[in-house]
Amino acid sequence: MLTTQFLLLGAVLFCIGVYGVLARKNAVMVLMSIELILNSVNINLLAFSVRHGSVDGNTFALYVIAIAAAEVGVGLAMVLLIYRNRRTIALDDLSEMKG
Amino acid sequence: MLHSILAQIPWKSPSVDYHAIAPEIILAGGICLIILVDLFTSETKKWITASLTGFVMLGALVPVLTLAVSDINVRSLFDGRYVVDEFALTLKALFLIAGYVVVLLSQNHVEEGDYYQGEYYTLLLASVAGMVMMASSRDLVSIFVSLEMLSIPGYMLAAWRKRDRKSNEAGIKYYLLGVFASAIMLYGMSLLYGVTNSTLLSDIGRELTVKGQFGGVQALAITFTLVGFAFKVSAVPFHSWAPDTYEGAPLPVTAFLSVASKAAGFVALVTLIYVGFPQAQDVWQPFLWVLAAITMTVGNLLALRQTNIVRMLAYSSISQGGFILMPLAVAGTGDAAGPALQSVVVYLIVYAAMNLGMFAVVIAASRTTRSGEISSFGGLFSYAPGLGVLMTIFLASLAGIPPLGGWIAKFTAFRAVLEAGGNWGYALAIIGAVNSVIAFGYYGSIMREIWMRPAPNGETSAVKTPSSLIAAMVITTTATIVFGVLPGAVLRFGDLADLTGAFGR
Repeated sequence: MLTTQFLLLGAVLFCIGVYGVLARKNAVMVLMSIELILNSVNINLLAFSVRHGSVDGNTFALYVIAIAAAEVGVGLAMVLLIYRNRRTIALDDLSEMKG
Repeated sequence: MLHSILAQIPWKSPSVDYHAIAPEIILAGGICLIILVDLFTSETKKWITASLTGFVMLGALVPVLTLAVSDINVRSLFDGRYVVDEFALTLKALFLIAGYVVVLLSQNHVEEGDYYQGEYYTLLLASVAGMVMMASSRDLVSIFVSLEMLSIPGYMLAAWRKRDRKSNEAGIKYYLLGVFASAIMLYGMSLLYGVTNSTLLSDIGRELTVKGQFGGVQALAITFTLVGFAFKVSAVPFHSWAPDTYEGAPLPVTAFLSVASKAAGFVALVTLIYVGFPQAQDVWQPFLWVLAAITMTVGNLLALRQTNIVRMLAYSSISQGGFILMPLAVAGTGDAAGPALQSVVVYLIVYAAMNLGMFAVVIAASRTTRSGEISSFGGLFSYAPGLGVLMTIFLASLAGIPPLGGWIAKFTAFRAVLEAGGNWGYALAIIGAVNSVIAFGYYGSIMREIWMRPAPNGETSAVKTPSSLIAAMVITTTATIVFGVLPGAVLRFGDLADLTGAFGR
């Protein structure tokens, strides 16, 4: 199996995700970038799982998928809340508190 | 492929020690119970959910106590993936009592604000359940699951006041940075699994030597994993969420996040370092050293210029986090492992007591002042002498003045660092000492406000403090004073023989 290629794919996805979180100003885009990182984790776990021939990585990936869903559910609810109160989801505008 | 792997594994159902997981079972049952009770009570009787939550927290404390007095010292479940030992029990008790105090703090606040009481207490319980699980987790998967279980309700609690822009902002900032940090931590964990072929921490501890072919990947994996928890304990430079979230969130939630959530982060950090990376101190010692040094310094310097008391407490809790990190930064040197562990446990217990107490007083006082500005606390002693004295006690304890609890906590931290010795240890001790002096600056400025200044706009009517807040203050004040006067009472919770024999090693 070409597990190294999968690990490279994981690393590239991780970098794209981190770049997205740091550079994007739209809350939904940031959420999507975080999803990219979580999926790079899943790819990593599955690739290692195949390489080691153990199921631990597969189980871990299942937990990551389930909990990522819960996280995004909360995140989208919060973005919606902000949209209702402010009519914008640009993260730069969130500056009520400073110091 | 998967089928063939699964077929090789002989499956037998694990034997479960129900006594060991009784606290978690009670909490899980309590969560369901409160959801149900909330459904069937009318709007005027929602206070029942608050009382029930308190009872569930105390009820879960009962099995913790019976486990503590039972003959079996270490109960290991699921092949050592979930361990109930003295360390876990001490911290479980801490989380449950802190949770109970937060319920006491919340009662009037949530009731008067009309903030969806049933849901509030359900989430609070879920978060405490996650912390209680975190204390026992000895596996990457269970650490991750309990971390999310304690964080996700926290995100929602921070954004609890739906129509308040500040609360929204507090929630989203906490959420985005929290999820980002846990995603990076997960990437580190996936690499840890990759280089060691196990998710069990004790296996990882044996494999991870940071030498040879995969040394670089191992170092990267350790750093990424620690970053996730550095965020949770709001260590600089991962602290930027803390002041905004603390200021915007409802005050009882702030108290909860700054004490329980932070303690849970430290518990995970300690388990990872002691069980997961005992041979890799060359990687995490410098990392934590830098974190501890800049966390103390930056937290303190920024606290000096705050005018809002909650923001000031946020920065003060960041700098206290630096003091808790301080002994961990030298935990791998020589014999320092034992004292460092003891000092972290002791500091967490004392810090929980004094910081919760501080928030209790702030909540009680701001019922009349209606403001978080430090200047609005002027003359507090003249019209509410009780609150004034209590606030002085907690401030003095946070600053580390003997004979209060904070002093013994700082003392154990410094002792652990000096015992490790070496240039790094002494340098860190000096940075810590300078910082404890700086801390007097901002704690003292509040004291001056309370004792010397006149009340702003002549508001001097007596403060009425609800009984639940008084109960919270009694618990925290007693703990703060007793730990200071009788240090033995708290030091034995961090007894080295018990704790270092722990972790199933």
